[in-house]
Amino acid sequence: MDNNKRPFSQDTSRAPISQRGQEVETIGRGASKAKIKITIDDIEIKVPAGITILEAAKSVNIKIPTLCQHDDLCLAGVCRMCVVEVEGQRTLQAACSYPISEPVNVKTYSPRVRRARHNIIQLLLKNHYGECYSCSRNNNCELQSLAKEYGVSTYKFGHIDNPRYEKDTSSYSVERDMDKCVLCRRCVRTCIDLQEVGVLEAADRGSGTKIVTYMDKPLEDVICINCGQCINRCPTGALKAKDPSQAVWEAIDDPSKHVVMQTAPSPRAAIGEEFGLPPGTSVTKKLNTAIKRMGFDRAFDTNFTADLTIMEEGTELLLRLKKALVDKDKNVALPLFTSCSPGWVKYIEYFYPEKLNHLSTAKSPQQMFGAVVKTWYAKTNNIDPKNIVSVSLMPCSAKKFECERPEMNASGFRDVDHALTTRELAGMIKECGIDLPNLPESNFDDPLGTGTGAALIFGATGGVMEAAIRTAYEIVSGSEVPFDKLRITPVRGMDGVRTAEIPIKKAVDAWKFLEGATLKVMIGHGTANAKKIMDMLCQGELEGYHFIEIMACPGGCLGGGGQPIPTSPEIREARAKAIYAEEEGLPYRKSHENPFIKKIYKDFLVEGPCGRTSHKLLHTSYTARGKWIGKEKGNRKKA
Amino acid sequence: MKIGREGPVIFSEIEPYAGLKNALNLGKTKVRDTVRDSNLKGRGGAGFPTGLKWNFVAVSPAEKKYVVCNADEGEPGTFKDRVLLTEYPGLFLEGMIIGAFSIGAKQGFLYLRGEYKSFLGILEKKLEEMRKDGVLGTDIMGKKGFSFDIEIRMGSGAYVCGEETALIESIEGNRGEPRNRPPFPANTGYNGYPTVVNNVETFAVVTHILVKGAEWFKSIGTEKSAGSKLLSISGDCKKPGVYEIPFGTSIKEILKMADAKDTKAVQVGGASGVCIAKSRFDRKIAYEDLSTGGSFIIFNQSRNIIDAAKNFLQFFEEESCGQCTPCREGIPVLLEGVEMLKAGECTQVYLKELLSLSETMQLASKCGLGQSAPNMFISVIDNFKKEYTLSKVNKKEKKFNG
Repeated sequence: MDNNKRPFSQDTSRAPISQRGQEVETIGRGASKAKIKITIDDIEIKVPAGITILEAAKSVNIKIPTLCQHDDLCLAGVCRMCVVEVEGQRTLQAACSYPISEPVNVKTYSPRVRRARHNIIQLLLKNHYGECYSCSRNNNCELQSLAKEYGVSTYKFGHIDNPRYEKDTSSYSVERDMDKCVLCRRCVRTCIDLQEVGVLEAADRGSGTKIVTYMDKPLEDVICINCGQCINRCPTGALKAKDPSQAVWEAIDDPSKHVVMQTAPSPRAAIGEEFGLPPGTSVTKKLNTAIKRMGFDRAFDTNFTADLTIMEEGTELLLRLKKALVDKDKNVALPLFTSCSPGWVKYIEYFYPEKLNHLSTAKSPQQMFGAVVKTWYAKTNNIDPKNIVSVSLMPCSAKKFECERPEMNASGFRDVDHALTTRELAGMIKECGIDLPNLPESNFDDPLGTGTGAALIFGATGGVMEAAIRTAYEIVSGSEVPFDKLRITPVRGMDGVRTAEIPIKKAVDAWKFLEGATLKVMIGHGTANAKKIMDMLCQGELEGYHFIEIMACPGGCLGGGGQPIPTSPEIREARAKAIYAEEEGLPYRKSHENPFIKKIYKDFLVEGPCGRTSHKLLHTSYTARGKWIGKEKGNRKKA
Repeated sequence: MKIGREGPVIFSEIEPYAGLKNALNLGKTKVRDTVRDSNLKGRGGAGFPTGLKWNFVAVSPAEKKYVVCNADEGEPGTFKDRVLLTEYPGLFLEGMIIGAFSIGAKQGFLYLRGEYKSFLGILEKKLEEMRKDGVLGTDIMGKKGFSFDIEIRMGSGAYVCGEETALIESIEGNRGEPRNRPPFPANTGYNGYPTVVNNVETFAVVTHILVKGAEWFKSIGTEKSAGSKLLSISGDCKKPGVYEIPFGTSIKEILKMADAKDTKAVQVGGASGVCIAKSRFDRKIAYEDLSTGGSFIIFNQSRNIIDAAKNFLQFFEEESCGQCTPCREGIPVLLEGVEMLKAGECTQVYLKELLSLSETMQLASKCGLGQSAPNMFISVIDNFKKEYTLSKVNKKEKKFNG
């Protein structure tokens, strides 16, 4: 299989051999990249050995229906929607998992194939309980699309009348409705192979098969990190994020409440997809207009506190380096890991609790924002913080859990009251009849509406690292990072684990001890890659590394569990491209240059980054959960 | 060694280790040639040529290769492997060693059905004995560089683990679910390495072939089905038990052998096999006619065929791994259909849908379990029309409103 086209989960240690793409031996056929001549629906093509019939058909624009197949995931071949005729084979073959190793003659719509597909759809619908119009995935459901495509007009084999399972709404982030599950096991493969968390697995057999958590416990009691990647890959509405939009409407409708919205960077490059725009269309300024029209009192920018995060986290890094290098303090934990991704934070709390001292104590931009709104903003605008409802637009389902962390109330109030996903806000906008793509543009509101380009790229994997380097390098050396147009290309890209080395040639007096040093950094995205990095750390293989960025989701936030569905490597790349393009047009591209960051350190956080006020409001602590499954250390709030 | 068992191949006289000795003398390639020339086909029921399978594995450049003996005898009505496992353990274990030698495997597994746990003692004892005899371990029978040992792995009672790829998943420690094929185990098997998986009986036959030769073997049975078959005969007859018959023996002859009277139907091949009505009792046990893993169940006139079909479908509903749609969701529909047939509530139109579904299950299921689950249903519909009556009112179909 072409290395670039391998699914993201191909190389994870928990992807079973049987699910990985097959290396087809081409011994005796000459070169290893042998091309094989095949015929699909009478079209002759030459394809590289080892690709599947499905991929080959796609290359000649023949659409074979699929359900359990997903570009990010390993093979499954379980739904059987994609069966085709392969000449010489007694039975029909699943196109998604049939590797081409010799010349074949394929028919994708023979009578037997058509009958099989009709029957399989009927079988899937038989136990799919629920009405489409009350489903979160109405009009964006793969089962619904298939039913339409195949003109289902009756339930041939009957249809279930009553729910069989209780909905699991225990988690703050992810809800499960197994009555809608069609057992394609994408969530299982996402959780086990793609993310290597392993919360979901198939249990029981035959018609009693179901997808369960450990011992079928509620999601809040098992080691779910809330990343929501399963939601993004569920073909139906069996998995969804917990939707707080009703509470947000109530706050908007309550005149005594001052409702502020903060917008994270990556939803801007994705929310357009919910309105039919192609992936990679950035709608930042139109979104501001929509938010204000909906009735939010302020449209603020999470990028402001992303810049603040860089100041705090960057300073934390430099202070740790100083302690280690100058004070020779052996207890300083290096490398330092970023803490912006709440899925990653929960992952390390569960799987590597003994390494929590490596995690930056800086809150995520969302939580910093909440803390600043209910303190500095409230004070300077004479608003009683108890009347402020702080809402965030996040690409993320784990942010919902983060809001509910008991420690996130340093101001005396919840930092953030509600976290909406991109999908949920899009729903609210549609409900207002607002035509997002055709809105006039407007700016964010001050004072929390100015963010730099460095903050914007937080949305893509490697972005936090790039932003941190731009600022830290300049603090230490007194000059700009030596990269053309500030593009620190070594940290960009979609490889699962990336490393970069930045030599510091000159240093200003305060940081003289870093002169001649080389800053070594690493970036990982997707928790399967986080696991690789953490295992390296445990093996002592990260000696010499200083700073490591980890995002729980593939692609970083732009591939988050709250983003528009579907997701694929191509869609994520388009979103990343949009973010990097928008970034270069911004007036400020380094966090420390943000005029309002300067202002907040002058007027409010007067002790400077990592100072006393910062520590109280902008830093946090973590819970060493371990892999204990139970009420005590699971998803629940502390008692 | 024999306990009154007679038969042309398996139960014929043989000296222990004679087959292995011959194999070591012949060399790897000639062993495979012998097995290929004997026309031996897999005795598990699918009938894949054993020599071909071994050759695939042997020529693979992979650094490790494995031999697996499938002793997950789970097909309803099959109990012939237990005779080999308990009474002739040396025979098939020797076959495994011959196989390992010819393909270059160093490690073998005996995958033993969970319900056969009580045989563990016999088998472990036999393996220990063979290690002492120098036919397991390093430099087997003095052959420098030929090392091989066999480990017993227990199943946990899942019928589907008799399917070779599910069996491999189970040995690897995973949930026993069939894999996608291709690639076949001969290419990507245990831990991703080429693996030969054969039935207990196949390995037992190999030992005989290596002693008595391919020509001898081919002289038994039919042109396309060489050799003999062990049958587990059960049901309405006076002499149930394990019989060895040459391929080409007709149902009539077998019924006579087992002293069955007043027979209405015979289920050949267990739950996944087919149900043969009296009018077709001249059909023969052979790969080209009635292929079977060994199950032969006799029903007399007092039996209700619809009930039998229902019983088998209930079995499949429980034993389906639940992975693929046609099998998981299709079996309950057929089961319901059988109940409707029995109650006289099934219409001609719905029956047609059920047959279409059966075809889909046969064609589109991921593994042999789902592919053969509707066999009995189809047999009943085709061959036992007198056993059911159709209704004119369709109670099943649910129309959409509007």
